Amino acid sequence: MPTLTINGRSLSVDAANDTPLLWAIREQLQMTGTKFGCGAGLCGACTVHVNGEAVRSCQTMLSDVAGKKITTIEGLSAKGDHPLQKAWIAEQVPQCGYCQSGQIMQAASLLAKNPNPTKEEVVAHMDGNLCRCMTYSRIQKAIMRAASEMRTASATSSERRPT
Amino acid sequence: MNEHVKNATPETTDLSRRSFLVGTAATGLVLGYAGVPGIESAAAAPANFEPSVWYAISPDGLVTVTCGKADMGQHIASTLAQIVCEELGAKWSDMRVQLASNDPKFNDPVLGAQITGGSWSTMMNFEAMSRAGAAGRIALTEGAAAAMGVPASELVVRDSMIVHPKSKKQMSFADVVKSGKATKTFTPDELKAIKLKSPDQYTMIGVSVPQLDIPSKTNGTAKYGIDVMLPGMVYGALVTPPVRFGATVKSVDDSAAKKVPGFIKAVTLDDKTATTSGWVVAVASTYANAKKAAQALKITYDAGPNAKLSSESLLDEAKRLQKLDDSGQFFVKDGDPNAAFGSAAKVVEAEYTTSINIHAPLEPMNAAAEFKADILHIYSGNQFATRSGAIAAGAAGIDPKFVVMHQMWLGGGFGRRLDADMMIPAVQAAKAVGKPVKVIYSRENDMTMDFSRPLTYQKVKAGVDSDGKLIAISHDVVSAWPTARWGIPDFLTPSVDKKGPLDSFTVNGADFFYTVPNHYVRAIKNELAHNATPSGQLRSVAPGWTFWAVESMIDEIAAATGKDPAQFRISLLDGAGKNDGGAQRLRNTLLAAMGLSGYGTKQLPKGEGMGVACVSSQERATASWTACVAHVAVAPSGAVTVKKLTVATDVGTQVHPDNVRAQVEGAALWGLSLAMYEKATLKDGGIEQTNFDGYTPLRMSQTPEVAIAVIANGEKATGVGEPAVTVVAPAIGNAIFNATGARVRALPITAEAVKASMKA
Repeated sequence: MPTLTINGRSLSVDAANDTPLLWAIREQLQMTGTKFGCGAGLCGACTVHVNGEAVRSCQTMLSDVAGKKITTIEGLSAKGDHPLQKAWIAEQVPQCGYCQSGQIMQAASLLAKNPNPTKEEVVAHMDGNLCRCMTYSRIQKAIMRAASEMRTASATSSERRPT
Repeated sequence: MNEHVKNATPETTDLSRRSFLVGTAATGLVLGYAGVPGIESAAAAPANFEPSVWYAISPDGLVTVTCGKADMGQHIASTLAQIVCEELGAKWSDMRVQLASNDPKFNDPVLGAQITGGSWSTMMNFEAMSRAGAAGRIALTEGAAAAMGVPASELVVRDSMIVHPKSKKQMSFADVVKSGKATKTFTPDELKAIKLKSPDQYTMIGVSVPQLDIPSKTNGTAKYGIDVMLPGMVYGALVTPPVRFGATVKSVDDSAAKKVPGFIKAVTLDDKTATTSGWVVAVASTYANAKKAAQALKITYDAGPNAKLSSESLLDEAKRLQKLDDSGQFFVKDGDPNAAFGSAAKVVEAEYTTSINIHAPLEPMNAAAEFKADILHIYSGNQFATRSGAIAAGAAGIDPKFVVMHQMWLGGGFGRRLDADMMIPAVQAAKAVGKPVKVIYSRENDMTMDFSRPLTYQKVKAGVDSDGKLIAISHDVVSAWPTARWGIPDFLTPSVDKKGPLDSFTVNGADFFYTVPNHYVRAIKNELAHNATPSGQLRSVAPGWTFWAVESMIDEIAAATGKDPAQFRISLLDGAGKNDGGAQRLRNTLLAAMGLSGYGTKQLPKGEGMGVACVSSQERATASWTACVAHVAVAPSGAVTVKKLTVATDVGTQVHPDNVRAQVEGAALWGLSLAMYEKATLKDGGIEQTNFDGYTPLRMSQTPEVAIAVIANGEKATGVGEPAVTVVAPAIGNAIFNATGARVRALPITAEAVKASMKA
């Protein structure tokens, strides 16, 4: 029985090693924030982090993630207050909302590496994530807002460090 | 029998009773979601105050509005709560929403059924929600007056507080509910007599309050149909045949599937509702196992009568039908265009086509079914609970009154979830294995079995007199008939030539607001397409293709007579006769879009152009007045870049300005996606595109700037979810013509078609 390190916990799942990570997360662990969209890595709705990298969980088998750290939307922040989640609310991004867990996880992997992305970098990073309601402009705005807030927070904390 | 089933009797179709049951006597048990983890039970506690079926106020002062509409991202639940909140006088942070069951008491007050579409929800529920809110405020105020011992007329209601300014006494809504003194009931006549606020008194309507559903859609907690988990539930994966419709299963060999761990059974559907054909569902302990088992099934088919059909053969049939004089029925028959063509100085004729299009909401179709005691419980996000419940009942072989539909948030609807096909495999699998079953379509099932936007063929002929005046239009629309497929007579429209009912959801929009004295519109059913590609209502439905033809043709006439296409439209929108009112609003909207885009004020570089279009989408009687100016750049290769879309829309009254903009932007981008990027094709009876590699909706990198002007002029609220879809394609086509002289008449627009037309 494979064991997953997910959102900081170690959980064993009753599924074969060739089971897509997506379905183990959704059914065995009943964390349904990660969504099934296409089953082919074409839409991004199932995006989670594996060792900090955004991956498509429908294309990732349980055997691929042995010993690796998995983060889902449920584990992105303790109280749903990651700067991206706050920005998503501030910009009132979601319509149907179904793709948004994947959008947020995809965006989070960008901001973790690049705190000051250009619009072009955002588009290049996000282009694999479909939004059928086409909330793309608000997604872009929310990412820029979150990036700005994260930079401010980080500048504030480094200013305080000497004291 | 539960309360719900008791209510599911024909008497509840009485409009007056259904809409305005007010007072504690009317409180019914609101069917809960207790079977679904993570969703709080919606069962009303006895101490709640329920001034109407539409909401309840609990002793802690929280106001929970029950939304009878499918919420597919248009935030209608939040919008209805906002309308209630305005008249009730509650604080926004006290408002909550829940989704209604299919109990007929939650039927739409105007439509008399639970159906979500047509951009109807706000316009048709505005008054009922306002009156429900006002009734609650009056009841609470009178209760507070009694408790405080002051005249009700001296009380002021604001932010969930009832204040007596003279004595400085006050009670919260919670206090009044707890006191049990809010007992006033209203007859339908009394409700109707309530004086509602005038727009200048609004404090909530017109304010972009935080949408109530949005936080749950940023942290993974919003529950969609696909997220439903029932105790003891197993999973179904579908095997659908290679043809879209008409196949039958000859044999199923499950010997390999039996080796898949957790495999339970392969169930061949026996669908007496004729919604599906030739489907098999593999049931297993997990969805991953069900998928493996589905792949291991060896199924043989009789491919049926449609197995040789293609998009080309459907189009050929459409052209054949259009040429016949006795085809179809008349939707509009004003004057005599044929006579007018005889005397016209100039006649312009053109054919316009649109391809098959797929809804492809990001949440694939799914449903969970559970038989519990006498009741069939269905968990699914659905836009048409009234009909879908009957389909589920048909699949189970039971009376519809024994079906309880548990509404969920919809991971996209766009008209796809008006259908109930997903419930049939869930119901029949649950029956076959004796356990709750959740069926989830693969994306391949979802795309190849879509109730698609039909392939359309339109022929338009226009006549202009020697003064350049447009005197006649004859417009034939040939397509499958999506709404006729429902088999509900009320959704069909009598034909003007009395040749029986027609599906107006194939011709709406062709009855435009231009003044054209001789005007024919003929609706022609393409029976071959109707049977081979059962069609559905795709966001904006008919106006998505009729305005492609009308607004392209108006441009073609303007070009043929040497007129500016925007000025030509303005001259046709003179508001004469039956067009009075609407035409002027549409003209003003067009002017707004022209102004915002800088139409005619800029010298554009070579290869760039602007095109206009204006529409009275959705229906003539429920129009939002919408205009678009598209700005495009066309490369010598024919490749088109849409640089900017400017959309102006007159919505009368906007409940939530930010949401109106979000809907208009999403709709405009849908219009762009359908105009440029989305195409499905039929080959050998089957849809060829199976996933997002072959069927390719707009992505972020393809998204242009969208500038939006919303005109809120105090008229009644109109719909905003669809109209902007319909105006974009013709605006782009007209912009391409303006840039290059190339006229495109087929959607989606391809670089090849543009280049070919540039040469021609």
